[in-house]
Amino acid sequence: ASTLLYVEHNGAGGIAPATLSAAAAAAQHLPGPLEALVAGSGDAVARAAQSVATVPGVTKVWTASDPCLERPLAETHAKLLADVASKLRPSHVLAASTAQGRNVLPRAAALLGTQPVTDVVKILDDNTFVRPIYAGNAFATVQFRAPPAIRVVTVRPTAFPAAEGSAAAAAPAEALAPELVQGAAGVRAAVWEGADVKASARPELGSAKVVVCGGRALKSKENFAMLEELADLLGGAVGASRAAVDAGYVANDLQVGQTGKVVAPDLYIGVGISGAIQHLAGMKDSRTIVAINTDAEAPLMALADYGLVADLFSAVPELLEEVRKAKGKA
Amino acid sequence: MKVLVGIKRVIDYAVPVRVKADKSGVEALLPKLSMNPFCEIALEEAVRLKEKGIASEVVAVSLGPTHFQDTLRTALAMGADRALLVAPPAPPPPAPGSAAAASPPSDPAAAASSPDALPSPLGVARVLAAVAGREGAGLVLLGKQAIDGDCNQTGQMLAGLLGWPQATFASKLEGAKGGSSVRVTREVDGGLEVLSLSLPAVVTADLRLNTPRFVTLPAMMKAKKKPIEALTLAQLGLDPSRDMEPQLATLRVDEPPSRAAGRKVGSVADLVRALREEARVL
Repeated sequence: ASTLLYVEHNGAGGIAPATLSAAAAAAQHLPGPLEALVAGSGDAVARAAQSVATVPGVTKVWTASDPCLERPLAETHAKLLADVASKLRPSHVLAASTAQGRNVLPRAAALLGTQPVTDVVKILDDNTFVRPIYAGNAFATVQFRAPPAIRVVTVRPTAFPAAEGSAAAAAPAEALAPELVQGAAGVRAAVWEGADVKASARPELGSAKVVVCGGRALKSKENFAMLEELADLLGGAVGASRAAVDAGYVANDLQVGQTGKVVAPDLYIGVGISGAIQHLAGMKDSRTIVAINTDAEAPLMALADYGLVADLFSAVPELLEEVRKAKGKA
Repeated sequence: MKVLVGIKRVIDYAVPVRVKADKSGVEALLPKLSMNPFCEIALEEAVRLKEKGIASEVVAVSLGPTHFQDTLRTALAMGADRALLVAPPAPPPPAPGSAAAASPPSDPAAAASSPDALPSPLGVARVLAAVAGREGAGLVLLGKQAIDGDCNQTGQMLAGLLGWPQATFASKLEGAKGGSSVRVTREVDGGLEVLSLSLPAVVTADLRLNTPRFVTLPAMMKAKKKPIEALTLAQLGLDPSRDMEPQLATLRVDEPPSRAAGRKVGSVADLVRALREEARVL
């Protein structure tokens, strides 16, 4: 048995925190060596491979470099992943359940003729996994009826603490045979035209220790600034409900919920969020939950460890003040 | 360009579900079934493409028993030209050791509500691939996920099986009349990405692609005259045991872990004190 880990990297040597969670999940819960696959183009591949080589648990790094792999397009990356899996025959192909992992892995599974298991929150054994269904209102334990040769799995990053620190010795890296990489160049793929990805100095929403979320009650884009201030003070990330995103107060990638980002920080603060089940699905595994809302009966209030029934426009500035004072004392 | 839209019937998104006492699945607190909201968005986009003169025909397809016709009738009322209903394979027996095997339901309707009664996403993708080939579809539009299984797999698997380009999590779709490609803005971690796809291609709809129209009574009346064709797996060249074999069994379904009851705090100062002294997160 062995695991092939699909690595998500930023092209500058940075490994996605979610991939570190997937690596930890494999190292702790799946048998055999953990081999990583880094796909990309040019220097980015070597830089990412170098970073991955010292992730705890990783025993080998395979690299694939080709212009067709520069962008993580599902067509080329899934083809490469399926071809490499067919060649190496790992018992598991694993990735984080991020936008990229969710885009690539099911396609690779289809090429391998296997039913994937996505968004896994618990690995019980080689063949048995727990995953949320119905927006996290239930958890299904699923098992392969007849274990396939290769099991394709994505794991929810918040359910597995990221691998920390680095291994004493770097795992060896090896470039895949060119003919194995060439298969990806032959597929009919989408053409990447551009991206609008905002660089933020704040921690990544999915892995932040503190998340401050705002809802429609914030009333404007400008009012979100006070939540940003609070998040910065706490070293956290800003998120939002679907209603706030749809109203245009913040960008779509900040949406927390069933279909957006799933967060499970140490501290979640929901401001002016009533708590539709789709939003709760994305945050209810947070360790400590705070709700600030004028409506004492809001569903998020019922879930919260600490509920403050107050007008957010007076409570948030006051909270900023109190946190500053508390931080000053600490 | 012919557009094929996959339609799944699910427990209505507004109806709460609870885990069954025997842990074999979930049950809805109200017997209300509706079109999966993401399928609705996919269908709306297809109808808009037709209204703009970009799509020539919109065909809705579903895999399910006869009563799924109700949902396809809604699809026709929303603007699909015709619909196909593929008869599903017989549900597999419960896996040994699963909660469903421990307490077999007495009536078949209850058995059908077990999670394994539905074909797997790979099986659905194979059916859609066969239908796309039969119809000569230029574009297949699907929801990005169904709100019951939350799998988020079918579109990607369909595109992989067909060898077509894919754009998942679409928030904007642009096509030109008589064009051979579409331009898709998709939601990714950190922002948006724009892809150009040569047709035929697969696109899956995210929340912000559009707001589906309300179905009016006259549209519903008109939809009664539109055809729904029944298809078998054999007619699509599929072998139920080989192509639709359920690879996964659901052993049990559990409730989410419960949280300790929280409390109300009287003031911001109390909140900060609790976060510092009790929760120790500040």
